[in-house]
Amino acid sequence: MAPSLSDVMTPDAAALAAAAGGEGRAPLAAGSADHDLFTGLTRLGDTALILGHRVSEWCGHAPILEEDIALANMALDLIGQTQLWLGLAGEVEGRGRDADALAFRRDAWDFHNLLLVERPNGDFGMTLMRQFLFDAWHLPLLKALEGSTDARIAAIAQKAGKEVAYHLERSADLVIRLGDGTEESHRRMQGALDALWGYTGEMFLGDAVDQRLAEAGVMPAPESLRAVWDQTVDQVLAEATLTRPASTFAHKGGKQGRHSEHMGHLLTTMQWLQRAYPDAKW
Amino acid sequence: MYAQMVKSEASTDDPALLAAFQARIDAGEKIEPKEWMPEAYRKTLIRQIGQHAHSEIVGQLPEGNWITRAPTLERKAILLAKVQDEAGHGLYLYCAAETLGVSRDDLTEQLLSGRMKYSSIFNYPTLTWADIGAVGWLVDGAAIMNQVPLQRTSFGPYSRAMIRICKEESFHQRQGYDLMRAMATGTAEQKAMAQDALNRFWYPSLMMFGPSDKDSIHSTQSMAWRIKINTNDELRQKFVDQTVPQAQYLGLTIPDENLKWNEEKQGWDFSEPDWSEFYEVLKGNGPCNTDRMEARQRAWRDGEWFREGLMAHARKSAARRVAAE
Repeated sequence: MAPSLSDVMTPDAAALAAAAGGEGRAPLAAGSADHDLFTGLTRLGDTALILGHRVSEWCGHAPILEEDIALANMALDLIGQTQLWLGLAGEVEGRGRDADALAFRRDAWDFHNLLLVERPNGDFGMTLMRQFLFDAWHLPLLKALEGSTDARIAAIAQKAGKEVAYHLERSADLVIRLGDGTEESHRRMQGALDALWGYTGEMFLGDAVDQRLAEAGVMPAPESLRAVWDQTVDQVLAEATLTRPASTFAHKGGKQGRHSEHMGHLLTTMQWLQRAYPDAKW
Repeated sequence: MYAQMVKSEASTDDPALLAAFQARIDAGEKIEPKEWMPEAYRKTLIRQIGQHAHSEIVGQLPEGNWITRAPTLERKAILLAKVQDEAGHGLYLYCAAETLGVSRDDLTEQLLSGRMKYSSIFNYPTLTWADIGAVGWLVDGAAIMNQVPLQRTSFGPYSRAMIRICKEESFHQRQGYDLMRAMATGTAEQKAMAQDALNRFWYPSLMMFGPSDKDSIHSTQSMAWRIKINTNDELRQKFVDQTVPQAQYLGLTIPDENLKWNEEKQGWDFSEPDWSEFYEVLKGNGPCNTDRMEARQRAWRDGEWFREGLMAHARKSAARRVAAE
């Protein structure tokens, strides 16, 4: 008879493994430092993800080959940034969700991106104007995040900032050239600016989470980014011969999970495979 | 092969110049843009490089079809980078063609009006996520089979573009195979998708090498000029011999009842694709010909104001510079 060996397998090994990965752990308490951090990180990650998705919709359909290449490049940068922000968000949450689980398995109300980035692409002028208004905010945001008290955030911001400096240079340049191009290109760019303007204010509106993150030196207060953005936008619009809209109205809610109708359709496309085949590894 | 059925031109140049030109090619020299070349060599190359460039551009569409639905962030990034590479290949190839005295806009116009072709493989649809793997593994695999020898082609700019393109294509093929591996070793549904993708892409991939040599009317002159290096049948055999063990490793079945190892030739015997289907696709009757052309025409038409706007700005800036001087 073979000598008996002690049984190292426990019957509930799978459950133990899941618990060690954080599954089943209680959700973070609202108002806790970790919950604030998780929320702040999903705001960054979701905004990068949704804009990256929108930009990637252009693939193969841009007005000129160089733009196909540039758009793919920007989408790639934004998806890369998403992986870092949402990866860190998953770690902070500690419930076993990685960047993919956060990207592909949450419903719209748990997404915290800005409404601006979920706006449909429209014509190429609309896409470019959205990009410029966003880049002019994204770059100073990342510069501020480089000084975050959280070293992990500072490191991601440093890497992303190098990419986004190029995004802003490109989008500002194209807005200038098209604003001051033909009558038609001017009309289209002004139309895009007018249509998107109401979605820019949300970038500078803080809530209680933002306030606590700013007090802890983790992320900048949204209002603090306004002056630099105004300066960039005014300078570029002037050179582009475009008129800054007078309205100060701001659509808001994206950062708190209240989205436009477009969001559900975007997620339906993006999450379809993961939802249809939940057991699959890709 | 990205450039299929390229028609070669008959030469009407001075026989002495032609002989000297042929001697340079036979000696393995590269022909550079500003050097003398037979008009027929120039025209055939414009057609071949142009067709290859168009294939890269149209080839963005079946793959781009899945970018917004890629199932993980990493797969999405890989696919985006791949499609970006294809656009980049289109760009170098158009540049190589431009050295022969044709403009990119002129080539684009010929694509959009249907006077120039792109590879017929891109007229097949990508229906499941596994198709993205099959395109990388089989379509890029077949393209590499043709392009590796073209790194040694006689026209310098084309040869240099090919060297760069081949490096990236072989990376794409590995990524495609990795995607197929994940599917073939995944759930029953994933495995079914992988097999279905192989079933649909196998024969169209074999068609990429063009009709059998006995029916290929354009090969002889192109081979003498080293703008075609191997025969269609040689490349097709090599592709099958390379691909069969890769499919076996994945546990997938090549959809060919006649597939059989031939000890004597040390290669696989296999069924010919249905050439009538190939000619129908070339004529415009493939599943996606209309959609692909419409997508490219729309992109170009919708982008006209953008291109005009940039040109107008460039003219204004130049005028301002002159006025300031």
